[in-house]
Amino acid sequence: MKNSQMNWYKYASPQNFYPLAGRLWPWFAAAGAAFALAGLWIGFFVAPTDAQQGEGYRIIFVHVPASWMSMFIYVVMAFWAGLGLAFNTRLSGMMASALAPTGALFTFIALWTGALWGKPMWGAWWVWDARLTSELILLFLYLGFLALQAAIDDPRRADRAGAVLALVGVVNVPIIYFSVKWWNTLHQGASVSLTKAPAMAHTMLWGMLLMALAFWMYSIATALARVRCIILEREGHNEWAKHELE
Amino acid sequence: MNWNSLNDFLAMGGYALYVWGSFGVTALTMLIEPLLIRKRRNDILRTLRREHAAEECSA
Repeated sequence: MKNSQMNWYKYASPQNFYPLAGRLWPWFAAAGAAFALAGLWIGFFVAPTDAQQGEGYRIIFVHVPASWMSMFIYVVMAFWAGLGLAFNTRLSGMMASALAPTGALFTFIALWTGALWGKPMWGAWWVWDARLTSELILLFLYLGFLALQAAIDDPRRADRAGAVLALVGVVNVPIIYFSVKWWNTLHQGASVSLTKAPAMAHTMLWGMLLMALAFWMYSIATALARVRCIILEREGHNEWAKHELE
Repeated sequence: MNWNSLNDFLAMGGYALYVWGSFGVTALTMLIEPLLIRKRRNDILRTLRREHAAEECSA
């Protein structure tokens, strides 16, 4: 028990986390590719045509997983940011910075595929309903976090400023999630609920869950690969990093 | 199997623009992001190597 705790502290140092992240990310990338292939296969070849939306509903296989990731990554980012703010650990801020671009990407994908889904089904690319608007605010929070960090030269100060923004912005995540309950939205309710039986065909659900797993693995792989860049950018002058240059 | 032919598959029941527009942009951006990370890594490694070499010279 004591030993395993020691190990966690060991990997809290950027110097020790750098090689660990380097060993791990290719496995996550490979798992992501495998899940994506399985998910796409089910999504296009196994899941049946939807009775109401025809083939157009297949956008769900990227739209819902990307939307989940956009919210989940923000919470994880805020968690790391808060940890860094509370304990002043170097790696926490780096993890928050490493997650932000991937989170912003999934938010963009959620909005983009949502527009392409809304046009044929609702007749509009965009409506200012609560779900869409709060998701757009999420994109601005990510972009604001990235811009704020980029504007501050000292990385530790940039981490702290970004952390405050990330923590304040986390209030938006439950607003996005519950927006379809709290307000009358054009956007439909939750596709998957933990308390109710799924309202969709099992093969559709499986395709969506596999794509969600693929996006998870992709996010972990990109965050680990990016945090390695950030570690080198900030601590590359240290003695240990010289071995990386060989 | 949902499709009778390749054209049938590509037509997506009339939703080709929307379905392929969604999957295409998703796939494209998820290919570009890892490439940007690789570029970022190569850039920082090049900078560090140059600085390292400069230190060796002045030492």
